[in-house]
Amino acid sequence: MAAGPTLSVEGLAKSFGSVRAVDGLTFTIRSGAVTGFLGPNGAGKTTTLRMLLGLTRPTAGRALVGDRPYVEHERPARVVGAALEASSFHPGRTGLGHLEVFAPQVGVARQRCRELIEFVGLGAAADRRVGGYSMGMRQRLALATALLGDPPAIVLDEPANGLDPEGIVWLRRLLRRFADEGRTVLVSSHVLAEVQHTVDDVVIIAQGRLVHASSLEDLAHLAAPETYVESPDLGGVSRLCEERGWPARPADRGLLVGTATAAEVGAAAYRAGIELHQLASRGGDLEDVFLRLTGGTR
Amino acid sequence: MRPALVAEYRKLVSTRMWWVLLIALAAYLAFIGAVLAFSLVFAPEDRSGGVTLHGVDAATAVYGLTNGVGYVFPLVIGSLAMTTEFRHQTITQSLLVEPRRSVFLGAKLLATVPVGLLYGLVATAAVVLGSAPLLAGWGDGAFLTDPDVIEVLLLSVVVTALWAVIGVAFGSVLPNQVAAIVVILAFTQFVEPIARFALGAFDLTDGIAKFLPGAAADGVIGASFFVAYGGGSGDLLPRWAALMVLLGYGAVLALVGRLTTLRRDVG
Repeated sequence: MAAGPTLSVEGLAKSFGSVRAVDGLTFTIRSGAVTGFLGPNGAGKTTTLRMLLGLTRPTAGRALVGDRPYVEHERPARVVGAALEASSFHPGRTGLGHLEVFAPQVGVARQRCRELIEFVGLGAAADRRVGGYSMGMRQRLALATALLGDPPAIVLDEPANGLDPEGIVWLRRLLRRFADEGRTVLVSSHVLAEVQHTVDDVVIIAQGRLVHASSLEDLAHLAAPETYVESPDLGGVSRLCEERGWPARPADRGLLVGTATAAEVGAAAYRAGIELHQLASRGGDLEDVFLRLTGGTR
Repeated sequence: MRPALVAEYRKLVSTRMWWVLLIALAAYLAFIGAVLAFSLVFAPEDRSGGVTLHGVDAATAVYGLTNGVGYVFPLVIGSLAMTTEFRHQTITQSLLVEPRRSVFLGAKLLATVPVGLLYGLVATAAVVLGSAPLLAGWGDGAFLTDPDVIEVLLLSVVVTALWAVIGVAFGSVLPNQVAAIVVILAFTQFVEPIARFALGAFDLTDGIAKFLPGAAADGVIGASFFVAYGGGSGDLLPRWAALMVLLGYGAVLALVGRLTTLRRDVG
């Protein structure tokens, strides 16, 4: 599989009346990695994806798939496979029928539809009408639709919604495999925890603006450190934390000290002559970073 | 264009709607054909000054019902082909695989033709089956081998297909499915029949009635239940002009749909 195209937006903006849904976004999604496109509900994720895919016209800026806009590709569905949030189906059409409807324009035969419906685990439901499908089954069918053309780039809007835990693990492995094959994989979500174990990179937006774009690792560095301490003299540790201005709260049989690294807590305890039985770095909570960046509160 | 045509055709025939409507169409037209033939054959002379139909005129008037009362069915199936995309949001996927919106619209218009022809065949057959035995058995004859009658029957099939295409165009102007169906029902069952009679009642407006879509379609067929009964406008457009008017309705609606509904953002 050749490397997937980069997906890039430059100064992208979209206004609905006086509401600026997307406000000057610029970022690039690389191939060979899974990128999480994150932001709270209403941050402008879906609008951005719709502009990237030529469904919505930007008020300003542009969105490119490789070197040109999505709609200027000869057979766009062979370049980008997309499953959008509102990705909907005719309830009276069968799952297989749905795939067969779109197969001609993607340029694949009916045989491929049958293969894909088996691949996403809907083989037994292929000839049932979509009206009777569960949310998870619809997600799988949307994914199958996106994969029809075996595209080098894959864009999924909230793909984990409605999937059972088993399905989520399956999806995670699938996306990882796609990235390892060199494809470009973009997955949106409003919950960081949902994609935390899947993504390599993150692009975080809030109120239509970019607030953070980096590798997941770099995002983790932004997390405030926390240190877990056990000591026969917890009162002494508490006083110490108070002196230093570290927020501390009881946890398990010890204390969880905020904003301080294990080294800092250890050094302070040593100087104060306090005996420690356990000193462990807990790392920061990514979700806290996410909420801080997007202006939300817990 | 070819993949888009295949896709649009598959959309039409992959749900139950097309054959449910087709059965309704056949039953309805067979019934109406039988009722009208019955009244022509057995009813006493019209004493209100209207003309009573005889011979081949009676046959063509009845056979022309395919258009006169049947045109609501192809209009509805055509409009559903478009409005369903918006109702179930499949328009998103449709435009992902074919972002050229004119190609999308064009394919949908053309892909309706075979289904429209099938509707026309079944509708015409239903009218004939419902009325011909009565006309032949108790009236002046069924005239099924008369060249004029054959022309009416064949053109009824063609006109039905045209209605289906016009239905798609109309659906692109009014993509709200419920609204589209309500408007089609109101127009075909209420507004146009009344307008044809009302406009035909005054000399000043008499010339306008034949340009109404249903009247234009009657002009293409060359037979009209309305004209035959002396109600409404007394004349129809010549065949070629009627065809142009009917195609014009479709073209204008499709253009308006392309410039409004299909220019907007999707989603």
